[in-house]
Amino acid sequence: AARGCGGVWRRAWQRGGGGCPAPTPRGQRAVSCNARGGAVPAGKSGLAPWVPVVGLEIHAQISSNSKLFSGSQVQFAAPPNSLVSFFDASLPGTLPVLNRRCVEAAVMTGLALNCSINKKSLFDRKHYFYADLPAGYQITQQRVPVAVNGRLSYSLCIDNKMSQMVTKTVRIKQIQLEQDSGKSLHDDTRSQTLVDLNRAGVGLMEVVMEPDMCCGEEAAAAVRELQLILQTLGSSQAVMAEGQLRVDANVSVHHPGEPYGVRTEVKNINSIRFLAKAVDYEIQRQIEELKNGGTILNETRAFDSKLGCTVPMRDKEGKQDYRFMPEPNLPPLILYDAKSLPANMNHQQVVNIDWIHERLPDLPSVKRAKLVEQYGILPEHSFILLNEDGLTEFFENVVKQTQMKPKKVIGWILKDLLSYLKQHSLTVKESPVSPFLLADLLNLLEKKEISSTAAKQVLAELWKGEGKTPLEIVKEKELELIQDQKELEQICQAVIDGQENE
Amino acid sequence: RKVTVEVLDHLERLALVDFRDSEGIERLQKAIQFADQLHEVNTDGVEPMDSVLEDRCLYLREDDVTEGNCTKELLKNAREKVEEYFVAPPGNIPLPKLEERETFLQGS
Repeated sequence: AARGCGGVWRRAWQRGGGGCPAPTPRGQRAVSCNARGGAVPAGKSGLAPWVPVVGLEIHAQISSNSKLFSGSQVQFAAPPNSLVSFFDASLPGTLPVLNRRCVEAAVMTGLALNCSINKKSLFDRKHYFYADLPAGYQITQQRVPVAVNGRLSYSLCIDNKMSQMVTKTVRIKQIQLEQDSGKSLHDDTRSQTLVDLNRAGVGLMEVVMEPDMCCGEEAAAAVRELQLILQTLGSSQAVMAEGQLRVDANVSVHHPGEPYGVRTEVKNINSIRFLAKAVDYEIQRQIEELKNGGTILNETRAFDSKLGCTVPMRDKEGKQDYRFMPEPNLPPLILYDAKSLPANMNHQQVVNIDWIHERLPDLPSVKRAKLVEQYGILPEHSFILLNEDGLTEFFENVVKQTQMKPKKVIGWILKDLLSYLKQHSLTVKESPVSPFLLADLLNLLEKKEISSTAAKQVLAELWKGEGKTPLEIVKEKELELIQDQKELEQICQAVIDGQENE
Repeated sequence: RKVTVEVLDHLERLALVDFRDSEGIERLQKAIQFADQLHEVNTDGVEPMDSVLEDRCLYLREDDVTEGNCTKELLKNAREKVEEYFVAPPGNIPLPKLEERETFLQGS
């Protein structure tokens, strides 16, 4: 039976109603991924199977104080055009000056993704005209980027069961440094575009993932893991909602054994959830198109999140010719390691790959393994802990303050606390129940002063955030377990007497 | 070897230049001929040099905020502005197709 992405496919069509052409008739599953990747035949229909191929281009905004080539500030939401230097506005006579912090961020990220770091990398100009690109070109690294040939491991759960997780790998083709463009606000009523250059020149790391993925779920899981890595490194805050992490998907389908099909590029994906939807929709759309004897155009499509489908983007200008040329104002970027470090160089001018490598923090995969080892929790638990911002800290704080074994505490964290948070759309930091209060409650349970049912009742009260301690609530609601032998005998006798009277 | 009308049209579209007349096109031809002389040099086994700066050190700047906050000055260059935003047309206005625009290239 087909597994893995099946659930996602189902969801993709059920929402396919409304304004979007549903790619397949309901109830019929044309293709799905299994845990081993690749396609599985449709089943009884006997049609040739389709192999979906998904690659990703991810732009992560570098977390730095100033921009890649200028000293203006990097900040989300500031008055328009207030964070713009003369260079950012492309005024004549200005030159790019590379920010060391941005180089370090790219090297850190390259190392974390198991890349080879190019000790010599080059900058190029990519030319195109657009109102938010005042220079008429973007400075990027097309020929020799700073990092190449890496890999990223991520995990998926089979059949939506957390207990069955499978690890997959996606190859990282390269990581390059490049400038971000400004922002265009389209004012259709007045037929004009308003341009804010605050974002123009902000440093980006473009991470190119090879087409090793086969469905929306894999793409989403890979991006989620990348996001966690970037946040752990601090090289990018990678918040998709603020545009700090932007993902474009390249999608194609083909029959096994045949050459890859024509690919489309899907843009305007604003969340990880939408990434999965967009990729799955596009795969289905291409399959339907080809089944009906149509062809796939090598085009750029935008994901419409309201309708849940992809639509062609207005592309009046045809295929772009970017006329790449070396950036004449920047010499090659040279990086050093312990061996190649020159003796008399000013250390401020040196980026030492080994120095950075030694200082890399524990990556998410390492953190998870450590949590499993230290606390005896299950691997899938460690995934959830790392997935919620602040949850690991919360868990560890509770464990410190309670005698209850971590293996039991984790149940309270993941089942009770987390579900409350989700129900009320709260982050861990906003939890009305602090680690201290929860530990206090768990201690009462551990000492057998209350039953676990009573503990759940107390938690419900604590959730109201009225400032009462667990002990106070227990007393108020008379939830204490009766320890007195005589009292227990009296109650039992009363019950038996009651029964006899019936 | 002449530069074809297709290439000239493509260049005008990409770079938004206007070759304007036969003199402009002739100048382009001569520039290409001049640069073609480079092919006479044997460069087998020689790494291309793309900048005379290649042996210079790429200066690395500290990550400090030292510029910006000059909205007024920047907007002085704007022909039109709306509340501190630059104003641009709704999208790129591509050059009309060769047949549809008045250009010397049409006649060639």
